[in-house]
Amino acid sequence: MYSKAYKKLVALPPLLWVGLFLLVPYALMLAHSFWAVHDGMLVRQPDLHNYVTLFSKPVYAAVLVRTMRIAAAVTLCSLLLGYPLAYYLSFHAGAPKELLYQLVIVPLWVSYLVRGYAWKTILGSEGVLNGFFEYLHLTHEPVAFLLYSPFAVVVMLTHIYTPFVFLPVYAALEHIPRGLVEASEDLGAGAAQTFLRVILPLSIPGLLAGATFAFVLSLGDFLAPLLVGGASGTMIANVVQSLFGAAYDWPLGAAISVGLLIITVSLLFLSERLEKRWRY
Amino acid sequence: MSSVAANSLDPASAVLLEIRGVAKRFGAREVLRNISLNIAEGEFLALLGESGSGKTTLLRLVAGFEEPTAGEIWMSGERLDLLPPYRRRVNTVFQNYALFPHLSVRENVAYGLRVKKTAATEIDGRVDEALRMVKIEEFAAWRPSKLSGGQQQRVALARALVNRPRLLLLDEPLSALDANLRKQMQSELKALQREIGITFLFVTHDQEEAMALSDRIALLRDGALEQVASAREIYAHPATAYTARFIGQTNLLRGEILDGMARCGAIAWPSDDPGGAAIFSLRPEAIRLASDAVARPGTARFRAALEQQFFSGASELLEVNCSGQLLRVRVSARGPLSGEHEFVFSTADAIRVQE
Repeated sequence: MYSKAYKKLVALPPLLWVGLFLLVPYALMLAHSFWAVHDGMLVRQPDLHNYVTLFSKPVYAAVLVRTMRIAAAVTLCSLLLGYPLAYYLSFHAGAPKELLYQLVIVPLWVSYLVRGYAWKTILGSEGVLNGFFEYLHLTHEPVAFLLYSPFAVVVMLTHIYTPFVFLPVYAALEHIPRGLVEASEDLGAGAAQTFLRVILPLSIPGLLAGATFAFVLSLGDFLAPLLVGGASGTMIANVVQSLFGAAYDWPLGAAISVGLLIITVSLLFLSERLEKRWRY
Repeated sequence: MSSVAANSLDPASAVLLEIRGVAKRFGAREVLRNISLNIAEGEFLALLGESGSGKTTLLRLVAGFEEPTAGEIWMSGERLDLLPPYRRRVNTVFQNYALFPHLSVRENVAYGLRVKKTAATEIDGRVDEALRMVKIEEFAAWRPSKLSGGQQQRVALARALVNRPRLLLLDEPLSALDANLRKQMQSELKALQREIGITFLFVTHDQEEAMALSDRIALLRDGALEQVASAREIYAHPATAYTARFIGQTNLLRGEILDGMARCGAIAWPSDDPGGAAIFSLRPEAIRLASDAVARPGTARFRAALEQQFFSGASELLEVNCSGQLLRVRVSARGPLSGEHEFVFSTADAIRVQE
């Protein structure tokens, strides 16, 4: 057995880490959200006016709703791409399975920023896609809505978060004993029934985990809207960024961040509860 | 090998399953070679063999999880091996049960009927009946993970039987149970099979289980059928030395037949068999102490020294040494013995077997 002193010693580094880089910043953020700025000076006098502003000015609610809609769209698209991919790899890919798995993972090693710029190049008015359309004589002038729109944000975030959906779904599918598939066929179920009655229900924890990843990560994203979103694709994190930057209103930015944090934590909690219900 | 004559079925019974010249390869590995086997309607056939003998592969070919490399499988006039598993009127009880963890016991049992779009009222009745049959009604609402191994076994059985298959395949269904439960399940399984009259194809590596349960045993060795016959027939007339050793205990006497005499070491007796090298199987209980036996024609005698004596209740097993040849003798319990004794056996009990 380990001594108490040893256990404390081992626990120290992670506790320090969590304290310094998580608890202290969150505490500061929470404190700021109750303070104010007057004439460019921070006034440490706690009240609720930042939260009142947050709820009374419709622009913030509008951006938040747009953010959630984009996040929902990204989640849906990532699931529609990631689930079939994981299913194919786990059940039908055969020998090249390992290779294909690595190919799905590789993009995760490429810088987020590089992938963002790649989409700029693809979707822009002088971009690859527009050039292709014109080459085919489908269009005569660049299609403008491709870039600097919520559509572009959804495309880019879907590309980035599909592997995050793929991974937990793939892990869940790999854990399904293949004997259950045989048992299902033995009892008279074809491929479609076996999928709907056995494979899908048993992969729901992975599906929920993947959906949570995609939604929560999209919710807080600010680079995609910055790179490809334009004015119509602005998301809540961009508002926070501008409040902390040009607008120099840290307290209001902190209040929005606290709101976002509450939404995120509630979602994680909910997803955790749901996953437990589907685990056997 | 010598299974041709032994593969005969009772001509009065209808053939349900016909396996014709089936072979199976996995890459370069030949798992099954030229298997031909008929199973009669209502029969309890045990597919017996050591691990790696191909018995589970043969079962999977019948279930449809594997395709034969050669040969055909027919079930009452229908070519079975071309159908996908879900079209075969065959159900399987899997070795590890393979119960659906996300479904209750009742939903597990109802699965086969649900996917075949059976009417809800009929499903309820048939599921109840199946649960009752395997005595598991009280656990109907439970999840499989909450059940013991024996209870899961019963659910697996009910889940298969509820579909009223023509043929039930059982893949070592009792191997995960402890000895007592195993004996109990064996007896219930046998009673159940008699009651419902469904044909059972039962895979096992346990020769005692195969002997206790089945009407006939198909013994597999290295992917080929060694002998197919009733347990009694195989025990009394093993075709090969392998079979004799695998089904029950035996003494294998190696020697030759020359000038109408069989000679195996110091033991000799008259024999009409064609001459040449010969192996004889002589069961331990076929040998008796000469002092117990009435002198009769057609017996052979030998003297041997007692080396070991194992008491096992009603009988005891003696290990005796006859001029360097070690034999096992089973006699009724008689108290400690020692020294040299004369033994006797009926020469008809020395069964000539092939290698």
